[in-house]
This record gives sequence, C-alpha cells and structure tokens, in this order.
Amino acid sequence: MIAEALTGLVFIPLGVTLVVLLLPDRARGPLCLAAVLALPLCLLPLTEAVWTNGDITLVLAEFAPPLGIVWRLDGLALIMLWLTAIVAVPVSIHALTSFPPGQASGREFWPLWMMLLAGINALFLSADLFNLYVTLEMITLAGVAMIGIGGKALALKAAMRYLLLGLLASLLYLLAVGLIYGQTGALDIDLVGERLQPGRMAATALVLMTTGLLVKSAIFPMHVWLPAAHGNAPGPVSAILSGLVVKVSLYMLIRIWLWMAGDWELPAAATALGLLGAGAILYGSIAALIQPRLKMVIAYSTVAQLGYVMLLFPLASIEAYRAASYQLLAHGLAKAAMFLAAANILKSLGTDRLIALTDLDRKLPVDLFAFTLAAVSIMGLPPSGGFLAKWMLLEAAWRQEAWGWLVLVSVGSLLSAAYLFRVIALTCFHPGRRHASTRWQTPPRSATNAALILALLAIAAGFTSAPLLSLIDGSLPPGGIWP
Amino acid sequence: MTEVMFVLAASLVFGIGVWGLLIAEHLLRKLLALNVMSSSVFIIMLVVSGDGGTSPDPVAQALILTGIVIAVAATAFALALMISIYRATGRPSISESDDDDR
Amino acid sequence: MMDWLPLAMVLVSLVAGIAIFLLGEQRQLARTLLNLGAALVKLVLVAFLFMLIVVDRAPEFRLALLPGLDLVLRADALSLLFTTLSAVLWLITTVYAIAYLERDENRARFFGFFSICVASTMGIAMAGNLFTFFIFYELLTLATWPLVAHSGTRAAILGARTYLRYTLAGSAVFLVGLIWLYGLAGSRDFIAGGTLEAIGVDDYTELRIIFVFLVIGMGVKAALFPMHSWLPKAMVAPAPVSALLHAVAVVKAGAFGLVRLVEDVYGPELVADLGMGNLLAVAAAFTIIYGSVMALRQTDIKRRLAFSTVSQVSYIALGVAVGGMMATTGGMVHLVHQGLMKITLFFCAGIFATVLGVKHIGQLDGLGRRMPWTALSFTIAGLGMIGLPPMAGFVSKYYLGAGAIAVGAWWVIPVLIASTLLNAAYFLPLIKRMWMHAEPEQWPKPVTLSRLETGGLVVPAVITAMLSVLIGVFAAHPLSPLSWVMGIATEYFP
Repeated sequence: MIAEALTGLVFIPLGVTLVVLLLPDRARGPLCLAAVLALPLCLLPLTEAVWTNGDITLVLAEFAPPLGIVWRLDGLALIMLWLTAIVAVPVSIHALTSFPPGQASGREFWPLWMMLLAGINALFLSADLFNLYVTLEMITLAGVAMIGIGGKALALKAAMRYLLLGLLASLLYLLAVGLIYGQTGALDIDLVGERLQPGRMAATALVLMTTGLLVKSAIFPMHVWLPAAHGNAPGPVSAILSGLVVKVSLYMLIRIWLWMAGDWELPAAATALGLLGAGAILYGSIAALIQPRLKMVIAYSTVAQLGYVMLLFPLASIEAYRAASYQLLAHGLAKAAMFLAAANILKSLGTDRLIALTDLDRKLPVDLFAFTLAAVSIMGLPPSGGFLAKWMLLEAAWRQEAWGWLVLVSVGSLLSAAYLFRVIALTCFHPGRRHASTRWQTPPRSATNAALILALLAIAAGFTSAPLLSLIDGSLPPGGIWP
Repeated sequence: MTEVMFVLAASLVFGIGVWGLLIAEHLLRKLLALNVMSSSVFIIMLVVSGDGGTSPDPVAQALILTGIVIAVAATAFALALMISIYRATGRPSISESDDDDR
Repeated sequence: MMDWLPLAMVLVSLVAGIAIFLLGEQRQLARTLLNLGAALVKLVLVAFLFMLIVVDRAPEFRLALLPGLDLVLRADALSLLFTTLSAVLWLITTVYAIAYLERDENRARFFGFFSICVASTMGIAMAGNLFTFFIFYELLTLATWPLVAHSGTRAAILGARTYLRYTLAGSAVFLVGLIWLYGLAGSRDFIAGGTLEAIGVDDYTELRIIFVFLVIGMGVKAALFPMHSWLPKAMVAPAPVSALLHAVAVVKAGAFGLVRLVEDVYGPELVADLGMGNLLAVAAAFTIIYGSVMALRQTDIKRRLAFSTVSQVSYIALGVAVGGMMATTGGMVHLVHQGLMKITLFFCAGIFATVLGVKHIGQLDGLGRRMPWTALSFTIAGLGMIGLPPMAGFVSKYYLGAGAIAVGAWWVIPVLIASTLLNAAYFLPLIKRMWMHAEPEQWPKPVTLSRLETGGLVVPAVITAMLSVLIGVFAAHPLSPLSWVMGIATEYFP
C-alpha cells in the first residue's frame, strides 16, 4: 500500500505524460485533472504512515544503492508533496479554461505539466544527490518549455535565459556531485554526510552546489532570470513556477546544508547566505515597488520572499527551521493564488499595466479579493500562513539576539506592504480615472474560484500549525546545531 | 600525474565553455559552449572516481551516461527553443537591447 | 457551553461584511436588512453576555495558532464596556450611513468594509491576550484603509496612504515589542493587575524598552503626539467613517490597547515602578494641550474636530497612566463618554456638509434656525466636551482631576484647566455662530429640499446627543458606564 502510494506519486503523472501525448486535445485536460486529483489520494495513506511510524524508505525495484534508487519520505518532504498536490488542483482547474483545447497552448501545456509534476514529486522523494540532479533537470526543462507556451517573443527569450542559466547551474551541481562521489564513493545524502571529511575538496563541492542551487532558486544576485520568466509566462505557468518550481531548489539547498553538511562549522558561509537573503528581501521589494506591470510586481515579490528562507542558515535553530518550512508552504499557496488572480485580471482587461487597472473592485471583485487575501499572507499580516512564518522567524532572531535579522524581517514586511498596497490602491482608488471606459470581460467562474481557493488556503495555513509543526519537528536535520 | 593533467585540461575546457557562454551572441554558440562545459564536467567525474584508472567504477560510468543523455535532451530542447525565438523575433539571440516590460 | 459567544460576536459582523460584498452593488434592500439585522443580533448577543458576566461566568474561546501562542477571545467586564459601546454605536452609525450614502457609488464596498471594521473592533474588545489584540488591530488597519480612501479623490488617496504608513510602521514596532515580550515572558492572558511582575525580571531596562515599543504601536492609532498627524488627514473619509473612526474604531482601539497594556499586561504597580506611568502621563498631557491648541487654529470644522479627538483621547491614556482608583476610572469611562460625544459631533458635521455644504466655521452662521435639531445636538455634545456639569465630559474630568490629586499628581490639574479653557475656546464660537449670528443670504450649497433635516441623518445624532447627556446626569445609577467602570477599577485597586 505504502509502496504503491509512493510510486503512484511519481508514476501516475509520468504515465499520463506519455498517454496524454496520444490523446486528442479535448481529452487531455480532463485526464490530467484526474491524475492531479489522484495525488492527494496517494498522499493520505503516506501521511498516516509518516504520522504513526516516522520516515518511510523505499528501495526501487530492489536494486540496492549506489546503483539502485532509494526514496525517502519524511515530514518535510511530505509537507512539500502536499503543497504540490494542493497547488496543482486549482492550477489545473484554471488551466482548463486558460489553455482551452483546440489551441496550440491547450495541446502543449498538459504533457509538460504532468512531466513537471512527476519531476517535482520525484525530487521531494529522492534521497541521493544524483537523483536530485536528474529530477531537477526534468523540472527545469519542463518549466522552461512551459514558459514558452503561447510563443510570445518576450516569454521565449525569458525562457531561453532561464534555460541557459539553469543548465550552467546544473553543470556546477553535477560537477560537485562528481567530486563528492569521487571522495566518498556514496551518493545517498545521509551516507555522504557521514563520510565526507571537511576539507578543500568538500568545500569546493559545497560552493559549487550552493552556487548552482542559488541560481536555480533565483536568490539575489542570481535572480536576474526570474522576473522576466515568471512575469511573462502564461498565467497558470507563472503560478506553478513561483509557487512550486523555485521551492524545489531551495528545498535541495536546505537538504544539502542541513543534512549533508549539517555538522560542519560554517558560520561565515551561513552568514553569507543570510546576507544574500537580506539582499533578496531588500532588492526584490524595492524593485517590486517600481514595476509598472502587475505580474512583474508579483515576480519581484517572489525574489524578495525567497530571501526569508535563506535566513534559516545564519539563524540555524529549530524555530528558524520551522519558519523556513512554513514560509515555503505559505508562500507557495499565496503566490500561486496571486498569479492566478493576476492571470484573470490580465485576461479580462487585456493588460496588466497597473495604470490601466482601474475600478477592479467593481469589475473583478472576487479576483481582487483573492489577490488581497494572498497579499495579506505575503505581507505577513495576521492571521495567515505568512504571518506564522514571519512570527517564528522573528522569534528565532530574538532568541539568538540577532537584532540585525530581526530588523531585517520587520523592514521586509513593511516593504512588502508598501508594494502590495500600492497595487491595491492603484487598482481601486485611482483619482481622475474612475470609470475609465476600458472594456473588460468577466473571467470564467472556475478560474476565479481557483485563485480564491488558493488564497483562502494561504489564510487557513495560519490556523493549522499544529499538525504541520509536528511533521516539521519530526523531520529535524541531524547534526549538532539544533538546541 | 595523468590525473592532474586530466583535471587541468578539464578545467581549461570548462573555462573555455564559460567564456563562450558569456561572450557569444548567437544562441547556437552559447549552446555549444554549454556542451563543451558538460564534456569537461564528465571528464572530471571520470577522473576523480575509481582508483587511479586501474579499474573503472561502474557507478561513475552510469552517472556520466545519464548525464550525457540529459545533456543531449537539453541541447535538443534548447535548439527547438532557439528556432522558436528566431521565428518570433527574426534573430537567433536574446540581447537585452530590445526587451522591455511591455 | 457559552464559550462560542465571544467568537460569535466577531463573526456576526465579519460574515455580514462578506455577505454584503457578495450581494453586490444593486441589492440595496437586502443590504440594508443585512446591516441592520446583524447590528441587532449583535446587540442581543451583548445583552446575553451582560447576563453571563453579572452571574460571574466569563465565556472564553481559545484556539492555538502556534505552540504557546493562543488566539483568545474572552468577555470580561472591561471588554464588555467596549463591546457595548461599539455595538450600540454600530447600529446608530449604520442607520446614519445608509441615509448619508443614499446616492453614493460603491456602497457594497463601503458597507462591507464597514462591517469588517466593526468585527475587528469586537475582536480588539474581546482579545484575551496581547497577541489576539495584535491580530485584530492589524485587521482593523486593513479594513479602515479602504474606508478612508472611499471617495477616491486625490486627497482621499493621499490621506489613506498617510494613514497606512503610520499604522503599518506602528504595527512593525508593536510586533517587535510583542515578540520581545513573548520571548521574555511567554504568552500571557490579560489578567487584572498584570502578571509581568511574577516573571521576576530584575533588569527593568528590557521591560521599559518593551513598554515603549508597545506604547508606540498603540499610540499611533490613539494619535498620541507625535504620531497623530495621520488623523487630521484621514478627515477626507465620509462622515460616518470619521464618526466611527473617532468614536469607537481606530482611535479608541489604540486607547483601549493602552488601557489593557497598563492594567492587564504590566499592571499599574509595575508601570509605576518602572517609571513608565509618568512618561506616558506626560506624553498624554502634552498631547491634550497640543491637540487643543491645534484645534483652535483650524477653520475647517472636521479638522477642528479631528484635533479635538487627538486631545480628548489622551484623557484616557492620562487616566490610566496617572493611576489610582479615581483617575483610572476617569480615564476608562472617557472611552464611552468621548465616544458618544464625538460621534454626535461628527454626525452633525456630516449633516451640515451634505445638506448645506457647510464645511468651514465661518459658514455656520444662523444654522440654529435652519436646522434646529442638528444644531442642538452639536451644541449639547460640544458643551459636553468642554466639561460643563452635569454632562458626561464633566464626569470624566472630575474623576481625572480628583484621582490625580488623590495620588499626588498635582500637575495634572493645570493641564485639565488649560484643556477645559481651550475646549471652550474652540467650541463656544461655533455654538455662538449657530445660534446668535444671522443667517446668510445664500448657503454654500443650493437648498433643494423643503425639509432639511431628514430622519435617517438627524435621529441618530439626536439619540447619541441624548445618550451623552443621560450618562452624565445618571452617572450614579448602577447601570451607568461610570458605575460599571468603577466596578472594573476596584479589581485593580481593591
């Protein structure tokens, strides 16, 4: 049962990827939606198993490592899998209307989306460095291809830039994997952690891996590819990229730093990562403040919000670990909601230039409401998932008397409030432009509801900390930094 | 001794690849540069694994083979993307000059 | 069994607000019924809570958000004081607002946020710990912002932006103070007399800094000097919003927070020991004088009223900061007294502005004859503010002054006297113009109606004016706010 559920998580979307290519347009969406709905069903028995018995390990096809593949499921991975499944359902519902059958986009989206899902699920289950590489490549290629759906020149170029940097990053990562394997003869993260001796080789490998993953996660100053890619991709794709795809490489970064290199004493490097996070928060927020287009504001907001996760490294403590996990989850929900709402706005008005978005409260009240709810979570206002994440981060900073990080988180929240309220103010209260006779059409109800559901979930995450935290606490990294 | 030679050569090749990726304007050249880089990574992986070349390490070879497959797939995909860009803009490049946030 | 009651109090308005959004702009009758229905249900719930409190059963709703971090909604005597005030004034203001915005656009948005605003106020009133207070305090910011910007004019948007800047910066400081306090002492419910002494921190410096942070967080909304300047700018909001903002919602939420902070978190003794009572009292006293002086210099009626609020709300802070049974009573009871008087004044100012276009003091001439009921209500509330016996304002000032003497804070007396003189200086000329000056030949806005004083606008103003007289005259009655507050104060100063 457990083994079937685990394999189902990866092989249902993977199988559908192949099947769907053979199907006519009209059947593609419904089949994929069915596959997405099967994911939570797979997760339910797994959740129960992890809850009662702790981590699950599965040796695929009974080939022992290092040649064979091992999957491992712990609380953190489970939360990320749930995030994926929960975001996938509304996004797929949205895609049914935004990528209608009969158009090229409706043909291309579904197989790519299934491949991406298979890659994401497989990555969260992977326990060895090379598997992580393979799944990450799968995700990158599918993600890049999805940006290009629709064939807009701007999107294609952004996709190419993302691809080139992504491939470069993968090579850096692969090189590090080679070095580590050369020294330890192992690929399993835990095993590598035991065998790898800190030294020049290990340090080189860690730097290469970290750099590669920072590029993939678009952490300042390696974020250059993200805003254009996320800001120009088709609506649901932006939601997938910002909600899920960037989380994947950050998740890897956390795994590698806390599991593989968990007991190395690297305070200076950890501070450096934290400073990059600070740069991301400040730069991303200020850039978001001056963007003329809604989707670009949201994209830069992603740059900023990912920075909070980086504070885990300097603040290394159980509170910070909880906060970072919670931030991954809450941001995933809220940002996906935001991008779906923005997609509806863009489609309805034909533009997402902020100056043209007047009277949204009359034209698209529910979409605006969804956007605002998601904004509440992003700003870290209570009650919301984002608030709990920031609260725990502040608590972590307070406990370690790290006043600098504490001030940073507060200032970051204020900046996010500034750029998000700017959007809301411009779209509702625009002097002299009220009732501008722009034409607009109401988006499909299902598309609006998809955004709303995600936004409500982002708020609901502010009330469901107990089960989530016990999962997070059940998956604490090894090593001595945890008080 | 040969190991060091290999590593030095591979590093040189890697450097050439990075240089090409940064300098080249034409997307095809950028892709070639990436492929050059991946070759150097494979060389290094081959060299550092095993025990000094006496007996080959099957795991390393499996990893490299997988890596090559992925590199081929990525290259094929990138070429397709390049052609789409060429069709959409008339130029096989992604220079910054002509994109703004429209 | 009754533990869901506090939650229900919050949800009634929240659900009403969301339902109003969903109804859309056109369904006017349904919206009106929903508004009034929810307000009436809330009054019934308040009555129910009263009975429970009287038999000494304080219902409490508790939900853990994080380990050791609870959302607590609880009805105690102090929260009931604020809830009752809000519930009563919500009903009255709703009636006024329906009439006021008769032909306005975006009424669904207005009433939706209006209800959410009241829901947040309820949450603030019922908050059982500082964390819960903070949550609803933030929600209040979010809900009032669109109300301030409602008219969509340039001034409105700028005013709303200023409001947001002040309040969000304030809440960032608040949050840091809150985290600090929780780190130091853990989550603590509001308990009469405070529990911070029990943690046994010898180093008072930290507690002092936290106190200052939290006072800044609350002082922004309570418009303590120098964090007051958003308030006059937010005057661009429609009159019912200004009325609610000044009487129960935003400004009062800040003042109420100060009361909770001093009485239920730190406890009056600790605040005095830390030397923070004097600090807060001086800040409040300065704000009282400053606000009055600034009010005197305004020629716009609503701006004058706004600065008057800056001044009057600080009475509350002054009362709890000075400490002692009497002064605390005076401060707390002013929550209610100032609310009733100020809402009357804003109702009237709104009527003057919409019906006759009167916005400046110079235009008030002869209004008493054209709009006798409105002018009378304004006069009553104005005299109350000055503190003319036996009006409500006098009761507050009397207790404040007597309380200050009782604890030896003699310096408060000149402040009160100066403030009273200034109050008189900025209210009496208005009253004189309305009743003694001759009517102008033409009003700023052409008069189109035969009857100037329509029921929906004037009746609420008259009711609140009467209430403000009654609670002053019958202050000794066992059901008066004063008696209620004295009951509360005995818990702190047995």
